[in-house]
Amino acid sequence: MPGLFAYLIWTLCTLLEAGVIVCAVKKKAVRPYFFLNLYMAMSLLVSVGRYNILQHYGLVSNQYTYFYYYSDTLLTILLYFALTSLYSHVFSEMNAEQYVKLGAVLLLGGTALFSYGVVHQAESKLVTHFVVELQQNLYFVGLVLTYVLWFAVLKLRETRTRLIQLVLSLGVYFSLLAANYALRNLYPSLTALFQILPPLVGCFLPAAWAYAFWRIPEEARLVPARLAVIR
Amino acid sequence: MMAAVILVCSIIFLLQFFISYCRSLIASSSRESLSQEVQDVTGMARPASEEEFARVVQLLQLCPERPEERGEVSLIRAYFRMLGVMRSSLARIVPSLERWTSSERGQCTHFAAVVLGRRIAFSRNLFAQQLNN
Repeated sequence: MPGLFAYLIWTLCTLLEAGVIVCAVKKKAVRPYFFLNLYMAMSLLVSVGRYNILQHYGLVSNQYTYFYYYSDTLLTILLYFALTSLYSHVFSEMNAEQYVKLGAVLLLGGTALFSYGVVHQAESKLVTHFVVELQQNLYFVGLVLTYVLWFAVLKLRETRTRLIQLVLSLGVYFSLLAANYALRNLYPSLTALFQILPPLVGCFLPAAWAYAFWRIPEEARLVPARLAVIR
Repeated sequence: MMAAVILVCSIIFLLQFFISYCRSLIASSSRESLSQEVQDVTGMARPASEEEFARVVQLLQLCPERPEERGEVSLIRAYFRMLGVMRSSLARIVPSLERWTSSERGQCTHFAAVVLGRRIAFSRNLFAQQLNN
């Protein structure tokens, strides 16, 4: 069974995920940011599901392991679509939504093929290897896509504060997760240490999104050039 | 090799996103001017300087906390410390960073002072409510 600290982080994260949905409903931000809310709702359901499976079968059971990795990959794919929806917001005035959707599906397919290419020689548990590999690759693709989106925000002089904060928080989240996976690959002996990080990082995203929905009004504006580190 | 490249890219991206995110939090306060009361309490003048940050944070801790500001203040404190680390390490190699980190830390101080102003107003309201009750 996980320790007290892990349970605390888990509970906090689940509450924050619920908080995002409550804030979005209160501030009427569900429809404009549908995929972001869908991701948070699914994260909430997955947390509850994981807790139930953990109570019934235990931490080291196959059921929990499979549910954990498969649900995590599903969430990563959903987050990828949430990111794509932010692209649609930024490019809305250019009527480029169809191209964004097509590009997102193609890139997702490409990442899946690449992941399969990496793991197809594994003789046992091919699907499980594939699921884990796909997730790791999607984190990095997500990070690069968020960076490109941030670049587009700066170039197109996007001024919506809430949208900017959603993009930046997603960037911080993806960067931390990608760095964590890279460290785990570089130092496999320290895996136990790097396993603590994802739940902590997982709390940042719902906290930042809840803040953006609750505290930043939709009509708030700022000059994005003032936020850029490199101009 | 691939993992090392991903690690380096992730850290560079992380720094950029984190700095921009903190700046987006600070940006809203930079337009707000400090009330006379805050200026009197802190002895601050415009523009705020980084040396005053610790004192403003100490004053912040004396005021009743507004729950919605807890996360913001912690994040900006982390940003302030990170800038300090950058100045004492990277700025030795890139001297122009020194001025930039100093100005950013000044913005952090201004942000903390704006929050202090809100907390003072909040405490006043609480006190007035108690008197009315």
